[in-house]
Amino acid sequence: MKIAVPVKFVPDLVEELTIAPGGSALDTTWLRLIISEFDDHAVEQAILLKEHVGGQVTVLTIEAEGSDDFLFTAAAKGADQLIKFTGDFSNSNNHALAHVYADLLKLVQPDLILTGVQAHNDLDGPVGPLLAEYLGLPYVGYVAGITVSADHVVVRKEYAGGLIAEMELKLPAVLGIQAAEQPPRYVAYSKIRQVMGTAKIEERAVASLDTGGTVEVSRMFLPEVAERATMLEGAADQIADRLVSIFRELGTL
Amino acid sequence: MNQDIFVVIEHLQRKVLDISFVMLAAARQLANSTGGNVTAVLLGFNAQGLAGNLSADIVLYVDQPALAEFTSDAYQKILAGLIQEQAPRAVLFGHSSIGMDIASGLSAKLSLPMVSSCHSFSDDGKYVSQICGGKIMAEGMLPGPTVLVSMVPGGYKAEQGQSSQAPALTNVPAPALAELRVTLKQYIEPDKSDVDITKEPILVAVGRGIQNKDNIDLANDLATALGAVVCASRPVVDQGWMPTTRLVGKSGKQVKPKIYLALGISGAPEHIEGMGESDTIIAINTDPYAPIFNVAKYGAVLDLLDLAPALTEKVKGAKGG
Amino acid sequence: MTYEVVKSAIVFLGLLVALGLFAWRVYQLLWVNLRRGQPSGKFGCWGERIKGLLQYVGAQFRLFRILVPGTAHFFIFWGFLILSLTIFQAIVEGLIAFAKPDFVLPIIGRFGPLALLQDVFALLVIAAVAYGLIVRLIINPERYKGSHKGEGVKVLAFIFTIMLSLLVMNGARIHLGEDPLRAWRPISTFVGSIFGGLQDNVQIFIREAAYWLHLGIVLLFLTELPHGKHFHIVTSIPAILLRNLEPPGKLPPAGEFDGNPGVGKIEQFHWRQMLDFYTCSECGRCQEVCPAYQSGAPLSPKLLIMNLRDNLKERGHAMTAGSTNGALKKALVGEVITDEVLWACTTCFACDQECPLFIEHVAPIADMRRRLVIEGRMDKILQDALANLGRYGNSFGQSDRMRAKWTMGLQPAIRDARREAVEYLWFVGDYASYNTTLTEVTRKTAQVFQKSGLNYGILYDSERNAGNDVRRVGEEGLFEMLVDKNSQIFAKVKYQTIVTTDPHSFNTLKNEYTKNGDDRLSVIHYSELLDQLISSGKLKLSKKLGYKVTYHDPCYLGRYNGIYDAPRRVIEATGCELVEMPRHGSRSLCCGAGGGRIWMEEKTVKERPSESRIHEAAALDNVQVFIVACPKDYTMYMDAVKTTGNEKKLVVKDLIELVNEAL
Repeated sequence: MKIAVPVKFVPDLVEELTIAPGGSALDTTWLRLIISEFDDHAVEQAILLKEHVGGQVTVLTIEAEGSDDFLFTAAAKGADQLIKFTGDFSNSNNHALAHVYADLLKLVQPDLILTGVQAHNDLDGPVGPLLAEYLGLPYVGYVAGITVSADHVVVRKEYAGGLIAEMELKLPAVLGIQAAEQPPRYVAYSKIRQVMGTAKIEERAVASLDTGGTVEVSRMFLPEVAERATMLEGAADQIADRLVSIFRELGTL
Repeated sequence: MNQDIFVVIEHLQRKVLDISFVMLAAARQLANSTGGNVTAVLLGFNAQGLAGNLSADIVLYVDQPALAEFTSDAYQKILAGLIQEQAPRAVLFGHSSIGMDIASGLSAKLSLPMVSSCHSFSDDGKYVSQICGGKIMAEGMLPGPTVLVSMVPGGYKAEQGQSSQAPALTNVPAPALAELRVTLKQYIEPDKSDVDITKEPILVAVGRGIQNKDNIDLANDLATALGAVVCASRPVVDQGWMPTTRLVGKSGKQVKPKIYLALGISGAPEHIEGMGESDTIIAINTDPYAPIFNVAKYGAVLDLLDLAPALTEKVKGAKGG
Repeated sequence: MTYEVVKSAIVFLGLLVALGLFAWRVYQLLWVNLRRGQPSGKFGCWGERIKGLLQYVGAQFRLFRILVPGTAHFFIFWGFLILSLTIFQAIVEGLIAFAKPDFVLPIIGRFGPLALLQDVFALLVIAAVAYGLIVRLIINPERYKGSHKGEGVKVLAFIFTIMLSLLVMNGARIHLGEDPLRAWRPISTFVGSIFGGLQDNVQIFIREAAYWLHLGIVLLFLTELPHGKHFHIVTSIPAILLRNLEPPGKLPPAGEFDGNPGVGKIEQFHWRQMLDFYTCSECGRCQEVCPAYQSGAPLSPKLLIMNLRDNLKERGHAMTAGSTNGALKKALVGEVITDEVLWACTTCFACDQECPLFIEHVAPIADMRRRLVIEGRMDKILQDALANLGRYGNSFGQSDRMRAKWTMGLQPAIRDARREAVEYLWFVGDYASYNTTLTEVTRKTAQVFQKSGLNYGILYDSERNAGNDVRRVGEEGLFEMLVDKNSQIFAKVKYQTIVTTDPHSFNTLKNEYTKNGDDRLSVIHYSELLDQLISSGKLKLSKKLGYKVTYHDPCYLGRYNGIYDAPRRVIEATGCELVEMPRHGSRSLCCGAGGGRIWMEEKTVKERPSESRIHEAAALDNVQVFIVACPKDYTMYMDAVKTTGNEKKLVVKDLIELVNEAL
């Protein structure tokens, strides 16, 4: 079973986000990038499938801060092929990324493509369905559970409120991963260092990007806080007293 | 040029989902600026009845067995034809498990621009989207002639998209679907054996601040004293400290209790999506900058491990007389 | 064929068989298995090692930490040495019985005072053995849970019999007029008088019967020796001689197998560790002081070593026999020692310190944890903590840029050691920097440093977690990365001494970091610095606080690095009255947060160590303040005071808060 996992890197929300002077984009000075959480799950799910049914896992990404480390970590987990696209991605969007991935995957012809169901910096829709469409493949997202057969997969699709739909897709297909069957495993540093000596990252240059399909952003800003809560002061006892009187006012006591 | 705003109605198991009403309300605002109609697009099988309370000018209804319940392939194929034919000004999808399966696929297939995570529209027809975990807002003009938009809840109230009068329904013929690559096998219902938190008037919610499984007893004690039920945010459920039936949030349950007591919950957008509409939110958190304080009515910066026992005592005292 | 000839023949054969069996078993169990182990490196420091033999074997120092059993063992041990000559006598006299039936060893056999000593010791041994039997059969303390008590009782019975038969034999001899040293053997005389009235031929019979019993049990004991916990009789001297002389705070480096650190098979331990496993006498002193064991966790350091020993024997036997049976398939990490047991350890070092035989428990645990980390077998919370440490340099998952947020608003601003030379480089530590409850204490520390006119600076956001607990959790690679990052900064900074508020950071910076090759860094703990500043007059305390306080010795400050007095002098200087808890100094009970346990889910069945400690403090008369000198202790005990409902009785304060108040 050939599995491909395209991943992308997004702003690390642990850091403070600020707007660039132009007012329509994020300030990249203090920005740090981290793997999109759902893409991390997609890699884990792919490795799990390889462990269950055997096969080959290819992880693809575009060059970004930390992309090499991530690819080597994926190799330490069991990924077989690592591909990194190089070029100028400063103006890229998900449509462009999907085109880049699709061009390569048309040649690789994987049986299954797993990618995160979304990334928090998506503004022109998630990558998964775009990629599926460019490759002419079916797509189901919000997947948390996959059973593989020779020519089809059965997936558990999550709806709100805990409802799950079991869907069957004909292979080859693209799946948007919400959660892997187990959280992404930890890889010890010594293992990653070991793998750096043996695994190779294939680099492929991308000349130009097709960024059509997105919408212009004229302004980016930090959300205004409409109203802030009435803050209660004091020690636990005093606040508890205040809360009891609030409960009384609301009629619950 | 068609200035109508299409809204793709989301329904599951013969019930229209709230996001559909939120989108209809959004569509109304957008339509006011474009001068077009609000058109609800309903796909289903013998599902005309679902259109009963949609606040739309017209309903375009496509009836086919394959559309009875949502599957990405079928819905996308039908909508592709419909959008191409009708060329509306904008098509609104939910930023959900239904909408996100098809919206960007249609954007690729029809080469139409797309904007996602849209929170609301401005009166002059701009979109306002919420990205980076709700920390950043992006705004811009909606490009023409047709744009696809996926919407998150929070910008409009569901009631605004509901109407007491059923809108006019038009049956739209569509070619029979064949060779569908995605089929629904079955639904797996969530565990109904536990208490239904959506029906509780008072909820005591615990987040990461609870620190470990043992401390949940403190919340249980408080809930018992208040006659409430304990629920939790994602980190607590992920650790296995509370069952998924108690999860409040985007992937859990949406609750609207009279009182929502949020203990040690930071207030990530995914959680707010599940409880933002509660009548009175009271938040306790050690971080004075926690986003939960922006939606709460009352708040206090202290450790829930200090407050919970103290509050339990006071409540017992108040009730005991 | 006379009786004497038969006697010699039997003694000869018996000796041959017993020595043969003994040698064979020692060869199989010890030599063959130890050779399968990894090399142990150089030993050196022979002077200190010989001194250790005198103190810990000769004087039995550590055994006296529990007074009465220690005394009993002292007598048994010395009795064994002193009376070994009588055994030698018995063997030789038996061997040459056919030629010289009344043989007596030259010189020593005729030395009166020695005979007296032997006689007295025989009685002392009997008394000690009787005590031992009472303890095992009646008192049955917790520390024996899991030990092979039956074996213990059997051996005590052996020793008792050997001693009694010796006295009886001597007594009979005295009666038969065969002992020129009779005046020097009062005990034997007394024993002899019990059957004194019997006729001569009966006395001879008694004498011979006692002899056979005596020698027989000795030879039987000899053959049994290699099997059980009494092997320590053979292995304890080499084990103590060859013990690890490195500072306790320096974890031995990780051996690599298949390119990855960590021990996954018993043969991957080095042979001196294997010697340790054989030396365990199952006394349970380690188990008694283990905080994990006390809290109901599945870890017992004693059982850990016993299981390692059994696996060593089992595997050794299977490998020698060439069989591929179950023993070789049993996984060391996971089956012999479960994941749960390995993760339960707080690395507090109480076990290593208590062990009279210097068996290392923490080092093998760390070795096996390294394997668990390689295989990703750990709590999700721990995984997240390690991922955060790797990415952000702190376990909280907060940006490294926020590390110095606590300094905001401090006037004057603290020197940036990266830009200007300082005398003291203050390594603040994660908890003190990021934990909102602790940053108040950190600010007070800055104020105190300021008031004493200290020339100091911090690394602001270039500081990373020092890595002490990362190493003890078993993530060697991450530890090395953190050491690298911190060392690079240290190399660029001009400073004289590093001072740190966190004992964990203190431990690793002092014992495991190097510069210019093998040189250690100059590091002190802030309690030592305060002590120096106060005694030199640079820091003046104007008030006498008059609180009644107790002080909790942090594991990594006290047990690991021997710093007990400096904090106490500081407390004294603030005018407080110090009342010691029963478990103080090197017996201090770990708060339970070490060894990475603060990053793991608590699965306590019984009482948490931190709660047990608070109860201990609360039981002290009128003590109001619980003093700590470690940020993790601070958070653990603040919590424990609440959960035990002692908020009105005790308040937790850091040492610096006392000093700050007394300024």
